[in-house]
Amino acid sequence: MTAVSLFDQFMAIMPEVIVAAGACLILLLDLVTPVHRRAWLAYLSLAVLGGAGAATLLLISTQIDAFGGQFILDPFAAYFKLLLYAATGLTILLSIRYLEIERIHYGEYYAFLLLATCGLMVMVSSGDLLMIFLGLELAAVSLYILVGLNRHDLRPIEASAKYFVLGSLSSAIFLFGMSLFFGATGTTHLRTAAEALAAQAATANPTLLMAMIFLLAGFGFKVAIAPFHMWTPDVYEGAPTPVTAYMSVATKAATFAVFLRVFLEVFGPLRPYWAVWLIALSVATMLIGSLAAIAQQNIKRMLAYSSIAHAGYALIGLIVGSELGVMSLMLYMAVYTIMNLGAFGVVILMRHSGVQGEEIGEWAGLAKSHPAAAFAMLIFMFSLAGLPPTAGFIAKFYLFMAAVDAGLAWLAVVGVLLSAVSAYYYLRVVMVMYMKEPERPIELAWTPAAAVALLAIAAAALLIGVYPAPLIEYTQDAILRLPSIP
Amino acid sequence: MGALLTVVIFLPAAVAALLPVVRGEETVKRLALAGTLVNLLLSLPLWFAFDTATPAMQFVAEADWIPRFNIFYRVGVDGISLPMILLTAGLMPICVLCSWRAIDRKVTEFMISLLLMETAMIGVFAALDFVLFYLFWEAMLIPMYLIIGVWGGPNRLYAAIKFFLYTLAGSLLLLVAMIALYFEGGRTFDLTQLMGQPYSPLFQMWIFAAFFFAFAIKVPMFPFHTWLPDAHVEAPTAGSVILASVLLKMGAYGFLRFCLPITPYASQVWMPWIAALSIIAIIYGAAMALAQDDLKKLIAYSSVSHMGFVTLGIFVFNAQGIEGAILQMINHGIATGALFLCVGLLYDRTHSRMISDYGGLARSMPVFAVCLMIFVLSSLGLPGTNGFVGEFLVLVGAFRVSPFVATLAALGIILAAVYLLWMTQRVLFGPAPASWRWPDLSWREAVTLAPLVILVFWIGFYPDPFLSRMHSSVAALVQQVNPGWERESDMFVDLLEPFR
Repeated sequence: MTAVSLFDQFMAIMPEVIVAAGACLILLLDLVTPVHRRAWLAYLSLAVLGGAGAATLLLISTQIDAFGGQFILDPFAAYFKLLLYAATGLTILLSIRYLEIERIHYGEYYAFLLLATCGLMVMVSSGDLLMIFLGLELAAVSLYILVGLNRHDLRPIEASAKYFVLGSLSSAIFLFGMSLFFGATGTTHLRTAAEALAAQAATANPTLLMAMIFLLAGFGFKVAIAPFHMWTPDVYEGAPTPVTAYMSVATKAATFAVFLRVFLEVFGPLRPYWAVWLIALSVATMLIGSLAAIAQQNIKRMLAYSSIAHAGYALIGLIVGSELGVMSLMLYMAVYTIMNLGAFGVVILMRHSGVQGEEIGEWAGLAKSHPAAAFAMLIFMFSLAGLPPTAGFIAKFYLFMAAVDAGLAWLAVVGVLLSAVSAYYYLRVVMVMYMKEPERPIELAWTPAAAVALLAIAAAALLIGVYPAPLIEYTQDAILRLPSIP
Repeated sequence: MGALLTVVIFLPAAVAALLPVVRGEETVKRLALAGTLVNLLLSLPLWFAFDTATPAMQFVAEADWIPRFNIFYRVGVDGISLPMILLTAGLMPICVLCSWRAIDRKVTEFMISLLLMETAMIGVFAALDFVLFYLFWEAMLIPMYLIIGVWGGPNRLYAAIKFFLYTLAGSLLLLVAMIALYFEGGRTFDLTQLMGQPYSPLFQMWIFAAFFFAFAIKVPMFPFHTWLPDAHVEAPTAGSVILASVLLKMGAYGFLRFCLPITPYASQVWMPWIAALSIIAIIYGAAMALAQDDLKKLIAYSSVSHMGFVTLGIFVFNAQGIEGAILQMINHGIATGALFLCVGLLYDRTHSRMISDYGGLARSMPVFAVCLMIFVLSSLGLPGTNGFVGEFLVLVGAFRVSPFVATLAALGIILAAVYLLWMTQRVLFGPAPASWRWPDLSWREAVTLAPLVILVFWIGFYPDPFLSRMHSSVAALVQQVNPGWERESDMFVDLLEPFR
């Protein structure tokens, strides 16, 4: 490993430093900001994200192993960081009015959102299992708080408690996996362990296999793949909707990034073992997510199950593990972030004083009173269903392409058939909005910020669907560079 | 000219993008009508400048789209797709006109859906890149779903979702087949390149299976037809016309464009089964049509029957059969579309589609009665109308392969005469219900029907301009799927010998 100057090492963590410092600054400023000026904290958070984004863009093509390889800065990490900034920024833009309506417009909201983002950023850049755990916990603890932010209501508290108990359990399992991993390889450092494992020529050391299973369970919990998905619907339903939106995209994207890194870089030689397990989990996840979503009446629960199903699809990219597989998973995460945030964004708007707006029946006739919001939701629903000309189609297209390329055509067939099933529940939302008469007049909690955010997301969902070439080029350039990837 | 084709594809979408900012429903309708008419005018040069001597793609336009994966924007037409494009462009102004009064709410949204449909439909027929094709193919579902679901009849929600899920399930298999072809065919989505390559028999069987489900659902062939009556009955008139006249053709077009050239071996293997399903569709559709009291349902089942002729004609693998099938596609588009228009006209007046509610219309609506009669006669294949030419060619083609099959298919024509004439008799003649006196066709309605009447007789008496544009493309296609057909003994002549 070549020596990297201390300055370069600190430069490498500059985005994380900016975000963490910004979070602390917001905590302090919150003390002196009057309630009706809290929106400024939102704009400040956006500025912080903008600063971090600029730092990341400066570093976009650098490849540095900082602090003895604990912290990796590569285009792959930068790709996911940019995704995280976008997700966080859009969440903030969408959430201001919602927080006011729910009477939870605290400065802490922005601070913890930034801290969670910082944790996820650390995770994406980790070169060591301990760093992964650090990032994972920072994000998780911030999210426990955010989920239970609305302490006047029972549902968020229940969700927060549930998330905390199960999340701690999964962290413990992950930690246990780490200790087994250390026992088997003598290190928690990813690259060192990878070299050691490659030298062992993929012998199935039982301790190592156990470590792999435990780590898999830890990651599986975070990205919500079956059978570790049980918490998702309850927590997604109970949490404040902006937090749900954030969790469903940011946590998932960042965890998939590190999932890729660990399983392809370290456990690459053991792929014959984990590929089989992951195929089973992927099929189970797609199946459970798609089938359970059909029965949901609450749109947040429906989107929760849909996000489970999407995790199952995304897993295909990891299973394939080729360059095309990695690229398709990265693309899928970007597109999924856009369309899922958009869908939750409209759900956020539906929360109006006195109206929960979460029952799908309450959406009846939205197209009549708010054609723009309904049309945006229509785009997101068709995109989630994977229909052209939306971004969702392009994302699924490349995943299935990766699967067929790897000789897993049957997995692609299972995937497309379940897409047809999933179209049913996405379509139901469209049907209710466009083809049912409104029961009562619907009011939406529009703000200029939310309008800008939704417009941007909808435009992106359509643009990527029609002209995906630039995004695909960038994804290809940012692909995880590993010796094990053919 | 390649640029012109691109304009023809995207002009309707551009007009659709303009509509939301236009004030006033009348202006919206006029703009939509103008857009579709201009598009028809623009598509005419394609028809006249078409070189009938070559089977190659013409008016090809190409541009980078996703170069990293060899995906291009590539469009062009040959003798098979050209008539379909003209048919689509020609029917759209009629669809706008027939919705003039019938659509009374969310007019802007309706016109946008119609125009987006037009872009997607023409795109399907013109696409020469598989991904582009698939994009247009699936993009059709969204506006069609809305047309049925928002502006449809009482049971529209059920019909719309059934239509959507049925077609989606089939199309998604097409997606997997397309990806498999990409890797097998040398990492390209270029249709002309994919067609020119030999694939292993096993691979062909799998690909054919995926193709078959996608296209058979769209046609729809016999066991996959159940979405059609529901969708037709619930859709507004313009939706029914588009469904019957263009959407159903896409399944048949898919068989011609994909199954025959890409999987010739598998097509040959499955040919007897598909012929059998076509015969079942012809007879079953006709039998079901006999039993209907709902006019739209009757026409929907007659579509199943007529499309049976199309699939039969395609899968006999000779020039007569395939040319007949393509002509039958056009004819069905004209006659069935026109019949749906007629039912729509009646429904606007009476708000009933039940045959038993009608009677003696010929007295109060003589012009309408004449038009309906013309379309009925065309639909049942009376010589002198377009229907005869298409069905006759299909029967000739089928006869050369198996006289037995041709005989069974001919039975369908007889049944068609029975249910259509019986329907006409009950609607137009006999005693009129008391106090029924409906106004005859308005000038707007007459204008919608007139071009179709002209086409019925034009193709009926002088089909050559249509057939001549197909000849070389169909000959090349037959050569590809069935190289030995020209050497076969001419059974048509052999069988007639004892009678001479």
